Amino acid sequence: MTQQTPGVSPGTEPLDLVESNPGRAEAWVGRLAFTLGPILLAFITCGILLAILGRDPIAFYRDILTGGVLRASGLQDSITRMVPILLIGAGLIVAFRASLWNLGADGQYLLAVAFVAGVGPSVVTAMPPVLGWIVLALGAVAIGAAWTIIPGVLKARYGLNEIVTTLMMSFIGVGIANLLVKGPFKGDQMVPQTGVIPADGMLWDLAGTTIHVGVIVALVVVLIVHVVLTRTSFGTRLDVLGANPRAAVHLGIDVPRLIVVAFMVSGGLIGLAAATDILGTFGYMRADWNPAYGLKVVPLVFLARLNILSLIPLAAFFGVLSIGGDYATRLAHLPNDFILLFVGLMLLFMIVTQYISARRARRDPTLPRRRSAAREATA
Amino acid sequence: MDLLTPEFLTALLAAGIVSGVPLLFASLGETFAEQAGILNVGLEGIMLTGAFVAFMVALATGDHWFGLLGGAVAGMAVSLIMVVFCVRLGLDQIVVGIAIVLCAEGATSVLHDIWYSATYPRLPVVPDFRVPFLSELPILGGSLFSQPLIVYVGVAIVAVSAWAIRRTRWGLELRAAGERPDSLDAAGVSVVRTRTIAQLLCGALAGVGGAYLALVGAGTFVPFVTNGMGFIAIVIAMLARGRPWWSVLGGLLFGISLSMATALQLIGVQIPVDVVQMLPFISVIVVLVVFVRDSRLPSALGMPYLRGSR
Amino acid sequence: MAEILPAAPGMSTAGTTVPAVELSAITKAFPGVIANDRISLQAMHGEVLCLLGENGAGKSTLMSILSGLYQPDSGTIAVDGREVAITSPRTGRELGIGMVYQHLSLIPTLTVLENLMLGSNPGVVLDETAALARLTELSETLGVHVDPTARIGSLALGQQQHIEIIKALWKGSKVLILDEPTSMLTPQGIAELQKVLLGLKTAGLAIIFITHKLHEAIAIGDRVSILKQGRVVGSLGPEDLRGMTAADVQARIVHIMFGDDGGQVAGIAELREGFDPVRARRADRSGTPVILELSAITAPGARGQHGITDASFAVREGEILGIAGVDGNGQRALAEVIAGQRKATAGEIRFAGEPITTLSVSQRQRLGLRYVTDDRLHEGVLGRYPVSINLVLKRIGDAPFWRRGAIDRTAINATARELIREFDIRTPSTDTSIGKLSGGNIQKALLARELSFDPRVVVFNKPTHGLDVRTINMVRERIRALAARGVGVIVISTDLDELIDLSDRVAVLFEGRIAGILDNGPDAATRIGELLVGVESAAAAA
Repeated sequence: MTQQTPGVSPGTEPLDLVESNPGRAEAWVGRLAFTLGPILLAFITCGILLAILGRDPIAFYRDILTGGVLRASGLQDSITRMVPILLIGAGLIVAFRASLWNLGADGQYLLAVAFVAGVGPSVVTAMPPVLGWIVLALGAVAIGAAWTIIPGVLKARYGLNEIVTTLMMSFIGVGIANLLVKGPFKGDQMVPQTGVIPADGMLWDLAGTTIHVGVIVALVVVLIVHVVLTRTSFGTRLDVLGANPRAAVHLGIDVPRLIVVAFMVSGGLIGLAAATDILGTFGYMRADWNPAYGLKVVPLVFLARLNILSLIPLAAFFGVLSIGGDYATRLAHLPNDFILLFVGLMLLFMIVTQYISARRARRDPTLPRRRSAAREATA
Repeated sequence: MDLLTPEFLTALLAAGIVSGVPLLFASLGETFAEQAGILNVGLEGIMLTGAFVAFMVALATGDHWFGLLGGAVAGMAVSLIMVVFCVRLGLDQIVVGIAIVLCAEGATSVLHDIWYSATYPRLPVVPDFRVPFLSELPILGGSLFSQPLIVYVGVAIVAVSAWAIRRTRWGLELRAAGERPDSLDAAGVSVVRTRTIAQLLCGALAGVGGAYLALVGAGTFVPFVTNGMGFIAIVIAMLARGRPWWSVLGGLLFGISLSMATALQLIGVQIPVDVVQMLPFISVIVVLVVFVRDSRLPSALGMPYLRGSR
Repeated sequence: MAEILPAAPGMSTAGTTVPAVELSAITKAFPGVIANDRISLQAMHGEVLCLLGENGAGKSTLMSILSGLYQPDSGTIAVDGREVAITSPRTGRELGIGMVYQHLSLIPTLTVLENLMLGSNPGVVLDETAALARLTELSETLGVHVDPTARIGSLALGQQQHIEIIKALWKGSKVLILDEPTSMLTPQGIAELQKVLLGLKTAGLAIIFITHKLHEAIAIGDRVSILKQGRVVGSLGPEDLRGMTAADVQARIVHIMFGDDGGQVAGIAELREGFDPVRARRADRSGTPVILELSAITAPGARGQHGITDASFAVREGEILGIAGVDGNGQRALAEVIAGQRKATAGEIRFAGEPITTLSVSQRQRLGLRYVTDDRLHEGVLGRYPVSINLVLKRIGDAPFWRRGAIDRTAINATARELIREFDIRTPSTDTSIGKLSGGNIQKALLARELSFDPRVVVFNKPTHGLDVRTINMVRERIRALAARGVGVIVISTDLDELIDLSDRVAVLFEGRIAGILDNGPDAATRIGELLVGVESAAAAA
């Protein structure tokens, strides 16, 4: 399987190095249209489907808004939900920019969750909470990173297709996480779940809200990642690897090492997402629980054109969609898997709008200059 | 040891075949697609759709053959998305594949919830076809030679496919499309048409695989019933390197690992469900590592072909 | 004699003869450039029409139109007097136009017979018997021997080309078009090709031979048409060619192609055959230190390609060592093992006396070992990225472009502007995507990148491949200037004329081994040819 996986398709590659005049107003409008268009189309299509299923689309979307934004608790939940999306999205961006398909986020996330939820209760009671959080976060990052080593090394040394390996490791990771929760990490209750982190061991909330400080941590971390990706030599090397692995070798980049490092950074960020979720939101892990962010976040990341700054508002949007979606689907008597359909449609529409804009760019309106000169010569 | 009793082996083999048949169909379909140069990450979504539609049709008509047909048609319909977006327009196969998985998971879960979650209907058991004489053999007789008729149809399809890939004009064009599409174009054959046929065939077969899973394997449909089988089928196809008989082998091996739990329970060995569910994926990683140097994918796999884009 | 063409219309000796193919005022434009500008040509049965023109003159576009890959914007095509529209490669073949592309279009993993049956098999099941019969017929006509069960990937390039010709003639052809067929052939292979073409001519085929090598056109063509910037600027028919000497013809063609500039560019190797003592280089450099030395280096080849086995040679400062050989005999492996992109499985490389066999690519770059790759677009540059970034891609992380880890675009742009000026890179701005530049300018950018920052050894892989004459000139001048500065230079090229023009010594690469190293001199071409033939025959006998 020594086969170079096809790179991220043109139009979805990061713009930072390629874009020459980022200040042009035209370009900004285009980018906005590119991002909002698929979302709008997905809303319309889902609206039609809702109508076919006998639900009122307007009411449904109003409920999303109510549930995700207009209710005070909803808004706060949406912002809280944004935290793992941001970190996982950042993790995916790091990998995708290098054209490495890390599709194993679910396994990386759940293993880190199991760890934090499993040992968390003991750790936060044994030491000052802040120290405990740091220890747990580091552990989560390490576990997330560690779970990418096998696919990373297989790709780096043997060129083994990472789509398959990360997916396989993901299923294995989910299984191990469940085993841990049902076994060594099982709490004192009868139900299959870990112990619960006591309230004073959970992350502090921002004053007067139910939003935990993890959101600050997440924003700071992803902004740092953004700077690294767009302004440092490491980021440039990642981009080069993503643009053309053969050229990367030729240019003197240590490609095998970079592949492993990129994977580990990606996994580490996903592990951090797990830590913030457990320490800030949930406090424990129930067996067979899986929010399945791994595929759901992929459309957001592409819509953001692999740019973290663009990801931030999109993550907020997804937070609203997620919380509001829970609310609206419950009222409409639909399973909240409906959101999967929405997100999948968003991705399909994104790829269509990308195609249309690429077609338009290829059509060069400049007339061949020589033809007119030749006509003058023979006239 | 208790492990080697005829009862256990028969049960293991039988369960293995039941679990393996969806993999057989899906990986055969994926073999066609990969030989033509298409990587179908969305296979999981195609199987899921096939499973759901087959369940729906079989429930409505009461006939599992219509169910299988429905699964095939549904699989082809979903494949059309790959055909239009990837083969005809040249868009990224992996991104479209992910979108297909998301949409299929969402759509089937929602529809199942709306239509069937109140009643959770089950289908009648699909009858086995007992091969005359051979089904009397020990171990193999009760398992290999007593399967629903569709299984033997599947094996026949594999045989035909193996012959077709090597010995027909279309098989040659298929292999060329995956290796050097521009050479195929220069030879005057439509790359788009060749890949379209391959992709639709893949969809039909994967749809049947999913249908079998719902109709025979589970006897019902639950959301996310495929649980990663589509991805395993992709690996089997990669390892098969364009040789359909390996789909049978791969399907059987992974099917057995999938069905270990059921068989082990029969002899009183209790292994946690989670471990058993992980086994096929662990086997895949192990096999990949062991055979890493041995596999050769078509050179143009995953690359869209656009004439004149040199 | 096999049925290559059903009848031979247009072969009447008296009265008018109908051309096999006639192009009238063919025009084809792409955004920003007119590739073919009202081109009119005639190819007659039983004749070889040579289309001569430098790279970028429009030959490939014209051939793509004739073969059905492109449609002309205006103009007509007539086959045997009948106006036709060639809408696809299939139509082209049905009309009897067979095409042999420069980059072989056979599929390496399939067998000879499978490749021949592709697109030609009438029924559902592959009819191997009929295909075998046809293959035997055609190989007899060509006078070659072919193993139908061999995988194409295992055959030598010359043999692959014979199969390509057979494939082009498979369904019965009136016209055979060959696009730069000799670029990959040994001297012996070229001689064989000429024999084959003679046989086909006698059978009544019309042959169109596309080349950028003047001496080839004169040697092979019955009729020569010269293409320049999309137009036919001159034609010499059989009547013209019969009356003149080869030197006269050459002078006439040079004048047509370059007008008054003729003298300036006449020094290009393409136009001459033979060694010019005025530009001779000193081969005796025993005094200068050795800057690069390979000892018994062995490195594996990529899938289907030769690696390097037991290669040893030394390059002195200021010396130009040419590596001659037919493409696919280990050139890429050699270049990559020197650059560090490929690991040597045996042997040692020394740079200025110090072993570097285990050093990485970037470590070697820092020492001053540079590699100008032949694969410009897919390995050398990142097409979508700006020129400015591409110029510093081998210095990622280094000051002044990256200060304390952070990128400094001002510094990058400043350096880029300098290099653009120094190397005369024609680009609208420093931010233009480098993929939009012409091949020549991309090559200049590659040179700018590799030849700056103190190079001490530079490996060039096919440095003038696909470039127009002026850029070829400039590249070769730069190579000579480099050597004059004391840099050790290795030039890998399949173009023997180029190597003789540039090198002090020439090493001959055959199937991954250095067959010999010769000093350059007046009879170098002959000696190299003999060496190649010698090892070829020895290998064939083995």
